[in-house]
Amino acid sequence: MTAPIQTSAQPVEATEPVLQVRNLVKHFPVRSTGVVRRTVGQIHAVCDVSFDVFRGETLGIVGESGCGKSTTGRAILSLQPATSGQVLFDGKDVTKLKGHDLRLVRRDMQLVFQDPYASLNPRMTINDIVGEPLVIHGLGGTKERRAEKVQELLRIVGLNPEHGNRYAHEFSGGQRQRIGIARALALEPRVLVLDEPVSALDVSIQAGVVNLLEALQERLGLSYIFIAHDLSVVRHIADRVAVMYLGRIVEIARKDALFERPAHPYTRALLSAIPIPDPRKERERRRIVLNGDVPSPAMPPSGCRFRTRCQVFRDELTDDQRKLCIDLVPALEDRGQGHPVACHYADVEKVV
Amino acid sequence: MSAAVVEPTPATDAVLEVNDLSVSFPTDDGVVQAVRGVSYSLRPGEVLGIVGESGSGKSVTSLAIMGLLPPTARVSGSVRLGGQELVGAPYEAMAKLRGRKMAMVFQDPISSLNPVYSIGWQLAEAVRAHQDVTKKQALDRAIDLLNTVGIPNAKERASNYPHEFSGGMRQRVVIAMAIANDPEVLIADEPTTALDVTVQAQILETLDIAREATQAAMVLITHDLGVVAGVADRVLVMYAGKPVETGAVDDIYYRSRMPYTLGLLGSIPRLDDRDGGELHPIPGSPPSLLNLAPGCPFSPRCTYRIPVCDEQEPALLEVESSGHRAACHVADQLAHADGDIPLSAQVTSTTPRTRRPRKQA
Repeated sequence: MTAPIQTSAQPVEATEPVLQVRNLVKHFPVRSTGVVRRTVGQIHAVCDVSFDVFRGETLGIVGESGCGKSTTGRAILSLQPATSGQVLFDGKDVTKLKGHDLRLVRRDMQLVFQDPYASLNPRMTINDIVGEPLVIHGLGGTKERRAEKVQELLRIVGLNPEHGNRYAHEFSGGQRQRIGIARALALEPRVLVLDEPVSALDVSIQAGVVNLLEALQERLGLSYIFIAHDLSVVRHIADRVAVMYLGRIVEIARKDALFERPAHPYTRALLSAIPIPDPRKERERRRIVLNGDVPSPAMPPSGCRFRTRCQVFRDELTDDQRKLCIDLVPALEDRGQGHPVACHYADVEKVV
Repeated sequence: MSAAVVEPTPATDAVLEVNDLSVSFPTDDGVVQAVRGVSYSLRPGEVLGIVGESGSGKSVTSLAIMGLLPPTARVSGSVRLGGQELVGAPYEAMAKLRGRKMAMVFQDPISSLNPVYSIGWQLAEAVRAHQDVTKKQALDRAIDLLNTVGIPNAKERASNYPHEFSGGMRQRVVIAMAIANDPEVLIADEPTTALDVTVQAQILETLDIAREATQAAMVLITHDLGVVAGVADRVLVMYAGKPVETGAVDDIYYRSRMPYTLGLLGSIPRLDDRDGGELHPIPGSPPSLLNLAPGCPFSPRCTYRIPVCDEQEPALLEVESSGHRAACHVADQLAHADGDIPLSAQVTSTTPRTRRPRKQA
């Protein structure tokens, strides 16, 4: 076990972490066109990401498209091999495992996908879909025992077990997402990576799935890595939140600290950009509008990756102060805000 | 954002008047009643937010107004733009109006732009379609427009193609195109849904600038109650092809009289919600618009249902303040005394809003 490092803000309960991610890096090669497809560059999808996940807690990973949050989730499960870094689960480094050993670890870590339409095989019945992990892993005993287990799983996620011999297209979006969750639970995992599990659902349906995830966590003692771009949902479900920008974690904190006292300029801009369904509050809020777009992850800016769009860099810093942002990558550490922030000029400001 | 209290509209000064607009699509399985009688009027400079879930008919309504539905669609009712009737108007007349007096911004900017022409060319085309100007003048106007919507280095960027722009930049281009001929009405159909939140903030700001530049009235269609809260003056909530509640933005958010609106507000998690109480999903799912059962279409999902709800569809009737209308048989019983707390933070269903117990280690 690695000693707990500073990148983890205080967990809900100070217990041993279930999962430790250390300096995770994932690069994708950019290849030239032509016959010989030489590697001409690297997409820096995930850069030096470290965090812990504790038993029974939900870690939210938020950020905009292309910030590397999904890639992080996939690299943790070794669905995409990490370029470097460690993912420690039960003291074993998942990134080094292969074949049978990797499969054993995957029993304990499962993934729920965003798109409930694309992630279910249209030619399999729900019973087969939910039972398939048991077959693959040789668990669940006899056919009859397995069928019982599948029925139980469908009941847990709030579906009628009698509908088990129907096909995916006969269900609504919310029900399909429940099927995806039942499948992920089949192997009784300890960690669930939820990759935008409610983004594709209508608001009135979304609430039901969020409630289900919370109830399951309490009942089964699961740990969640909840990847989402919707910070309102994350505020509701997560215990701690990590904010990612262009492959790096820029701030990680207990939920209340992050939403009430955001210290990184990007977190503040992100929070201020989210509309609140309350007209009076909305009229009074000040919106921090960022410049331009996210730079290409193939050529991230030097030093702080956020500096090209940063409102503090733009409006408040002197040229001397800016030099630090350009030259030095800010470390993710506590700078007096009570939680780790990767900004040389971190400051607290209320935006919600 | 202008004042929230809205006086009832005298029909005369409205730029856009929609009256009992209905749209149905014949299919192999029967007739789909996508829109079943929508009425509203839009005054100059006003922003009307239309809210509803997928399949509630909010987009079809707008396409019907623009005359962009396929020929198989059956449209009835009346749409008057500055006094001119649009339902049943010939194609040539519509083509003269579209882009000139009313313009539309779609959800997906990449499919609203032509990939084989440069941005400048496409914008200039929009200008030349309605104004008698030379190519040079049109291109200059195009560059002006790009500047207005906040595209840096507009002059150089005008020769770029859509794929060379990011999603947010493309949406700015589409907005520039929509305001190219100073329209009176701008219809934005989920203009920020495909975008990230920081880009959404940029686009909402751009829409504001665009409205200021043209003084156009805007219809903003979205499923995001947060976006509507900040932008709209009035709100129209749609369910199963019909408006179920309409009124000033504060009436809808603080004094809603329709269980569906209450349910929507109660089911969304909020960024400023500290206790993390349980969310209240609306049970069930929206009805099929094919062979709708009689009665209120929301009644199977409604916690306030009484027997009459299953027999008779409620009309959209005025409640309390002027301009606030709700289609609900029990609307009068839904009056909450406390108008200051947004209803989404109150108890919105029969089950109490419970605090989630802290987890055990």
